[in-house]
Amino acid sequence: MEMLKVKHINTYYGQVHALKNVSLHLNQGEIVTLIGANGAGKTTILNSLSAVTPIRSGEILFEGNPIHALSPEKIVDLGISQVPEGRQVFKPLTVEDNLELGAYLRYRRREGRARIRASLDEIYRLFPRLLERRRQLAGTLSGGEQQMLAIGRALMARPKLLLLDEPSMGLAPLVVQEIFSVIATLTRELGTTVLLVEQNAKAALKLADRGYVLETGKVIIEESAGDLLENREVQRAYLGKEKKEIWER
Amino acid sequence: MDFSQQISQYILSGLATGAIYALIGLGFAIIYNSTGIINFAQGEFVMLGGMFGVYFHTVHNFNLAVALLLAILFAAVSGVLFERLAIRPLRRATPLGLVIITIGGSILVRGLAMLVWGKDTHALPTFSGDEPLSLAGATLLPQHMWIFALTVLLIVLSKLFFQFTITGKALRACAVNQRAAGLVGIDVRRMVMFSFLLASGMGALAGIIIAPLTMTSYDVGIMLGLKGFCAAIIGGMSNGLGTVLGGLILGVLEALGAGLISSGYKDAVTFIILLLILFLRPQGLFSRGESERV
Ligand SMILES: Nc1ncnc2c1ncn2[C@@H]1O[C@H](COP(=O)(O)OP(=O)(O)OP(=O)(O)O)[C@@H](O)[C@H]1O
Ligand SMILES: [Mg+2]
Repeated sequence: MEMLKVKHINTYYGQVHALKNVSLHLNQGEIVTLIGANGAGKTTILNSLSAVTPIRSGEILFEGNPIHALSPEKIVDLGISQVPEGRQVFKPLTVEDNLELGAYLRYRRREGRARIRASLDEIYRLFPRLLERRRQLAGTLSGGEQQMLAIGRALMARPKLLLLDEPSMGLAPLVVQEIFSVIATLTRELGTTVLLVEQNAKAALKLADRGYVLETGKVIIEESAGDLLENREVQRAYLGKEKKEIWER
Repeated sequence: MDFSQQISQYILSGLATGAIYALIGLGFAIIYNSTGIINFAQGEFVMLGGMFGVYFHTVHNFNLAVALLLAILFAAVSGVLFERLAIRPLRRATPLGLVIITIGGSILVRGLAMLVWGKDTHALPTFSGDEPLSLAGATLLPQHMWIFALTVLLIVLSKLFFQFTITGKALRACAVNQRAAGLVGIDVRRMVMFSFLLASGMGALAGIIIAPLTMTSYDVGIMLGLKGFCAAIIGGMSNGLGTVLGGLILGVLEALGAGLISSGYKDAVTFIILLLILFLRPQGLFSRGESERV
């Protein structure tokens, strides 16, 4: 089932044409990755989906309904949460306060403390390190822990679609592995659909079902993750393989 | 009255005025922390509190408690209107532009108050009589006790609010990172409006509890606003203990300055402190960097 459909969107920053006729889709339960160099427009796509950066033309459909004219709060309310680039946790607040704020709209809806508490326990089960540090200020966490907190905060809204912006940025390989395995668990256990923006193309493609390659605001390739890993163009540009290596195969 | 009695008299009455400055200062800090704006119109909401109180009590003959609650409500709503009409349309303004608009707004509010209520000074009755009490060798009025009690109550309530309620936490989240706050579904603009509501409500309360002692008129907001600003600056714009201490310190120094040197120096004390802090310790006396700013 198609969950998200992006049709020919164009996004501008003043005169800068950041997204050029971008189209993509996500099926229910998929992990889709979006790879591309610095400045390709990856973050802009996520922010267009989150309605932080409004699109100028085109259409975004979520579960069949247009969402591109909605407010950022409404987008979260519908079930799309973003984990922003660079984590952006609320540093002077405690870990637990950060997580509770992730459930802000659920508090607003008066969903009941017991259910929110249950989600909190769920997050602590996924990231036991956050449980140990629940009374600590978020700003005192390590980079990896802050990333876990940012993901946990987004999950507290119980999103159907999770948008992740470079979760591996600046983290040691082992921590990246830990985080990526949680992402895999999410889709498996909770059925969360994931759009994963990454520069670490190799790790992302191993995790994902499908991928899109973005170059200067345009989608240039769309393939299954397996095919992308084999794609010579992708290997050269994003997987750091030498031409020679590719020829030798 | 011997010298030590005199000193304790100055200190106690200074603490009472200082409590008022603290309340006004907290209003500055709340708005600054959730929007980055220094709202120089804050003093006008203090004035509106007192003037609405006088209006409902003496013109409409409401019972004092009802009149005062109505006054806080009306002043708080004025604060929200101010945000909607003057601040929100200018969200992309430069910091200087915002300073100018808040100063302009304050002149407008003051002007309207003068047109509606005239230039006379008005008094509110004290909340519970004028029988002086004696405390540590000094004489205090029951109204001073009201000031202490209500200020402490309000400060405790606001601390609990910011620390333990989801809305309080959301306001703090907006203060640190508006973008991330938006991404978890917090309506940042509503929070900004809400911070104006809180700040002007607090300011109005300050204006009301001091009005029985000092009288009120359309132009008391200028000085009271400045004193509150000074309290917040001493406290490093923290919306917690720093600003409260800032207010108390200012109130006591002012009372000592006026009592021991000359009453003409009362307001000068504020300006001297303000300048010293801005030159020597712009981050405030008590702040230890970012994480303290809560
Ligand atoms: N706020 C902004 N104002 C003006 N231009 C912007 C703004 N944000 C992004 N851009 C431009 O839009 C283009 C796409 O930026 P975007 O942040 O989406 O890239 P990205 O693929 O996420 O890059 P990175 O990998 O570095 O995060 C870039 O050319 C960038 O300079
Ligand atoms: Mg980016």
